[in-house]
Amino acid sequence: MAKAKSRFGRRGFLKGAAAGAAALVAKPAAVKAQETAQARPAAPLPSPRQVAFETGQPPARVDVYTTDRPGADFMVDVLKSLNFDYIFANPGSSFRGLQESFINYGGNKAPEWITCCHEESSVAMAHGYFKIEGKPILTMAHGTVGLQHASMALYNAYGDRVPVYLILGNEQEINFRRSDVEWAHSVQDAASMVRDYTKWDDSPVSLGHFAESAVRAYKIMMTPPYEPVVICANGQLQEEPMSQEDRRTLKIPKLVVPTPPAGDPNAVAELAKMLVNAENPVIVAGRAARNEEGMKLLTELAETLQAPVQDRRMRMTIPSRNPLYNSGNTAEADVILGLEVPDFWYVSHAQTPINRMGMETRSTVKPGTKLATITCSDLFSRSNYQDFGRYADVDLAIAADAQATLPSLIEACKKLITPDRKRAIEARGKRLADQWKRNRDRDFEAAAVGWDASPVSTARMAAELWNQVRHEDWSLVSDLTFVSWWPQRLWDFDKYYHFIGGHGAYGIGYGAPAAVGAALANKKHGRLTVNIQCDGDLNYAPGVLWTAAHHNIPLLSVMHNNRAYHQEQMFLEDMAARASRGVENAHIGTAIKNPNINYATMAKAYGMYSAGPIENPNDFGPALKAAIEVVKKGEPALIDLVTQPR
Amino acid sequence: MKAIYLVLAGLVLVGVAAAQNANGNVENGKRLFLRDGCWECHGYAGQGSRDGARIANTALNAQGLIKYVRHPTGAMPAFAEKVATDQELTDIWAYLKSMPPSKAAKDIPLLNQIKNQ
Repeated sequence: MAKAKSRFGRRGFLKGAAAGAAALVAKPAAVKAQETAQARPAAPLPSPRQVAFETGQPPARVDVYTTDRPGADFMVDVLKSLNFDYIFANPGSSFRGLQESFINYGGNKAPEWITCCHEESSVAMAHGYFKIEGKPILTMAHGTVGLQHASMALYNAYGDRVPVYLILGNEQEINFRRSDVEWAHSVQDAASMVRDYTKWDDSPVSLGHFAESAVRAYKIMMTPPYEPVVICANGQLQEEPMSQEDRRTLKIPKLVVPTPPAGDPNAVAELAKMLVNAENPVIVAGRAARNEEGMKLLTELAETLQAPVQDRRMRMTIPSRNPLYNSGNTAEADVILGLEVPDFWYVSHAQTPINRMGMETRSTVKPGTKLATITCSDLFSRSNYQDFGRYADVDLAIAADAQATLPSLIEACKKLITPDRKRAIEARGKRLADQWKRNRDRDFEAAAVGWDASPVSTARMAAELWNQVRHEDWSLVSDLTFVSWWPQRLWDFDKYYHFIGGHGAYGIGYGAPAAVGAALANKKHGRLTVNIQCDGDLNYAPGVLWTAAHHNIPLLSVMHNNRAYHQEQMFLEDMAARASRGVENAHIGTAIKNPNINYATMAKAYGMYSAGPIENPNDFGPALKAAIEVVKKGEPALIDLVTQPR
Repeated sequence: MKAIYLVLAGLVLVGVAAAQNANGNVENGKRLFLRDGCWECHGYAGQGSRDGARIANTALNAQGLIKYVRHPTGAMPAFAEKVATDQELTDIWAYLKSMPPSKAAKDIPLLNQIKNQ
């Protein structure tokens, strides 16, 4: 659309009245006079100006430099209708038109642009934000190099059943690629690279197409199982003016997010019967709760049955100080119910440990134990990436959203509980409460070992942290696998936002950006966001610390600075021991030492308050207190704590 | 002069005895504990973690520890004689036994306070 349109349509003109005009001009004057006399009124003669237009030199090109309505404005209207709070993006030329429209035409409000230093950070921040707020984030990236950066974070979100709305800039029309850079940044099928781990994508070729696909993508993304989606934004559509016809006719489709699918009533009744009649039912919960309401429902089911809840630590399940939390034992269970558990096979099986050759599997449950699942993962599958896990041979599989099914399951269970069953259920509850207390005593005795050690024990770290945050409205937003789950063993988790699970697909580099995204979501609620930050994780894309500082995102990060990619170090030692050699070399390629990284200095460089490195455990509490004061003023802070490996 | 030599020799013998524990050498055990990566799963203080049991002041005797390390029942790597000799494992055992006993949780004010909240 660089050239101005003529008021005269060239083709229409030739098809119409002046079809013979060129020949007329070329004929001798006598013939011309005769024919003129016989001319039919239906075909009026062209005016001299028209004749000159058709036969003369083409008019000089008229360059158009500006427009009052680029296509990107309409795209912004569409995306604003989806009610995103923020855009997380590292800037890219392939979506410059959209960025300009968002910040100027859109006023940089709803959504507001958050500057990211890496596309992996953008997507992982969106991942963390959703798990607190329950709202997806709009992210943007180049369809080529940006998506390549973003792809691991997208896979994590996919594995964690988290919706992320990703717009990819791309220049599909070759005539609009202005340089070799734009050729290198253009792609035939941008979304193909991540199609295996996204739920839906499209590459619209018109603004109307964009509107429909943008709304459709949102709807698909927010129908359980939640998953990321991708929409490609063609550069020509963004940057060229909207046609007059588009201005008159384009409409934004209405968004209606479907209700989550609930379980079939007959199957739910059968499951209730199994659970109520069981002597030792166990609930295994993965991403069973999508929000606070889900947590309440799960707690109600557990308490109705006095059934223990084994927490797979993917989301909050039931309060950590509920005596049903992580008590009980699947080995003694006669019924096991899995709620949104992606690795359910491992609930009832074990494989040969890594320290032995060969591979065998064995059942870890009693013969005859009934297995049942409720999961919306049964409604959606991809084949290439294997995150779906091993096939679980269950007795009852309800393909539905667990949280949406819980109300009917609870009701069905309550109806079946006779006085006899009630007595048995209450007796079971007392046994489980005793077991929970014994577990808790054991945890506290274990926390005491190495209390004064340096590097600081992860139990001491968790205890000191809890001592400082327990009177606040806190939210712990990091994965706890690498600190031996000490917070869950010592703290009092009883709200949905107290814990949000981990990576989803174990892609390291998730932790720091997900924490920043979660902290941004917590900001409007005035919560104190706490992140136990693994050192290896932060080193993938530490620029997210700058994002937190720049946008005044209050976040307390405590470095779990064990100076190694420690999981890999242990694996290497496993391999060396298997080969009967060189266990002392396991640090090669896995240790992050020599020089030691000073994370306090790093944080300062990004404009953040920091303290440390701290090696004496007695120095940690006072440092925490000072850092929390900074965070409560609305800024991020980081404490570099040198820690034990796990 | 001879008396001085005798005193020095006596001090050396006392030092050696202190470093020995049931035929295990505590100092060498500490060196091996760090060299062979025991600390990776069990922690520098032998406190244990998600990936390894608490082994500070182990309840096993030296032979029990050697037997377990050769044929572990959990997920711990099996350390063959070629990687850690019986004597080296005995030294590690002696080091674990030399670790100061842990305080009880009730004797740590912060832990006690958290537990009783």
